[in-house]
Amino acid sequence: MNKSIICTVCPMSCNVTLELDDNGEIISVSGNRCPRGKTYSIKEHTAPERTLTTTVRAVGGVHPLLPVRTDKPIPKGLLLQAMKETAKITVKAPVKMGDVIVENFLNTGANLVASRDL
Amino acid sequence: MKQLSVDVAVIGGGPAGLAAALSARAEGAAKVMIIERNHELGGILQQCIHHGFGLHRFKAELTGPEYAQRFINEVGNTDIETLLETMVLEITPDRKIYAVNSEHGMMEISAKAIVLAMGCRERTRGALQIPGTRPAGVFSAGTAQRYANIEGYTPGKRAVILGSGDIGLIMARRFTLEGAKVEAVVEILPYAAGLTRNVVQCLQDFGIPLYLKSTVIDIHGKDRVEAVTIAEVDDNWNPIPGTERVIECDTLLLSVGLIPENELSVHAGVKLDPVTNGAYVNEHLMTTVPGIFACGNVLHVHDLVDNVSKEAERAGMYAGRFAMGTLSQPEKWVKVVPGENVRYVVPHEISLTEPVEFFLRVQRPAEDVVVDVAGLRTIKERSVRPSEMLNIKLTPEQLQNFTGDTFVIAVKERKEAEIQ
Repeated sequence: MNKSIICTVCPMSCNVTLELDDNGEIISVSGNRCPRGKTYSIKEHTAPERTLTTTVRAVGGVHPLLPVRTDKPIPKGLLLQAMKETAKITVKAPVKMGDVIVENFLNTGANLVASRDL
Repeated sequence: MKQLSVDVAVIGGGPAGLAAALSARAEGAAKVMIIERNHELGGILQQCIHHGFGLHRFKAELTGPEYAQRFINEVGNTDIETLLETMVLEITPDRKIYAVNSEHGMMEISAKAIVLAMGCRERTRGALQIPGTRPAGVFSAGTAQRYANIEGYTPGKRAVILGSGDIGLIMARRFTLEGAKVEAVVEILPYAAGLTRNVVQCLQDFGIPLYLKSTVIDIHGKDRVEAVTIAEVDDNWNPIPGTERVIECDTLLLSVGLIPENELSVHAGVKLDPVTNGAYVNEHLMTTVPGIFACGNVLHVHDLVDNVSKEAERAGMYAGRFAMGTLSQPEKWVKVVPGENVRYVVPHEISLTEPVEFFLRVQRPAEDVVVDVAGLRTIKERSVRPSEMLNIKLTPEQLQNFTGDTFVIAVKERKEAEIQ
């Protein structure tokens, strides 16, 4: 059985084909134009991940919100739960880009960090 | 009236303006000034909180604010002057800038060179002439993005998005994450207009339907949007009777194209290309008015900010040279002409004596093509799409073999190109 995955590592958007056996195990990977595409496609099949970018409330800055991101991708299934968590957070300015807002966010090993100075 | 004089004045402090200013200063222009109407630098990047910026330049997937912050920090480490909350009212052909802010009132700024970096604005409902009532709840996608990411409120609970450009796709995800329901994304073309990765990450991830070859033909509701009617269209974009479907929603977002913001340029006498809606420029990115340069989305709408920065650095460099009187003047200019399946090429004129970087877009998607650069160079591409700008560099060594008056760049089917 074949599974088709569009690689989203870069704007090239390769159509990667995974050849799967009856148990869903990967036999071969084709269609990727670089090694990152292979890694991504395998990961996307076994344990898909996404980087979360959103905002948290901020006080004392020039804007009422601070844009934040996870510093590495987190399991895709956690995105909506993660949004509920970030909705509870309020930070105080001044904040610098890269400042850790939440360490080990939702036990994913990723930190939630500030995206800009505020 | 306060009078100032500078070597290079950059109009706009977004990604193009930041890169142009840094580059003009690095080239040796002593007095460089950025004039920005917002209260901070960074331009529209500040509201683009999603990641995916800077893959080419920084080899990292930065968010918009992160990409901007890196340039803002760099500008902060120089003596480049920034005038914030300052509105440029007029630019004259002899490079006088009339601007106003609440601190100095009216100002006259004389510049040896000017870089236009005002960016673009969104097409509106009026430009599309969508029929229906005039309720609240119809927003351009970028306006909704500003509300959600900067002001702090999501302007609806059930949305339909017209147009599958990148901003529309990104806003579909943003609305969903913020707890709103996106009922559909509707696209008049037979393919998604934005990057494929955004179709995957913003629509497929959340099960949001994308209706191709369809459009919004009616808006319902008196005070607030209550529903829209969508319909399939034929090849001439006319709605097909019998395919209408009413979708209940309280919000309609429009992501239907961007228009370079060139009012100031036109008043300064800059000639525009009717295809790009941006200035005609030569390989120095100088417009038809000597000493006035253009870069970024005010020149032509880009899809990647990395390309904006690259282009702006060249504009800044040449503007710096012009200000110092060291910009080379070629003996003649050769016109660059879009050939088969090429919608436009920037720059519009080249000298053949200096390295040149072309940005171009195709008219329609195609697979297995060859980009034929005036017979001097051919580049194979597996697939080309109007939404993905192509970038081609040529060296003076490659250019010196060119003979003729018009420099044609064409995108041909591979088989056809091989026969010739």
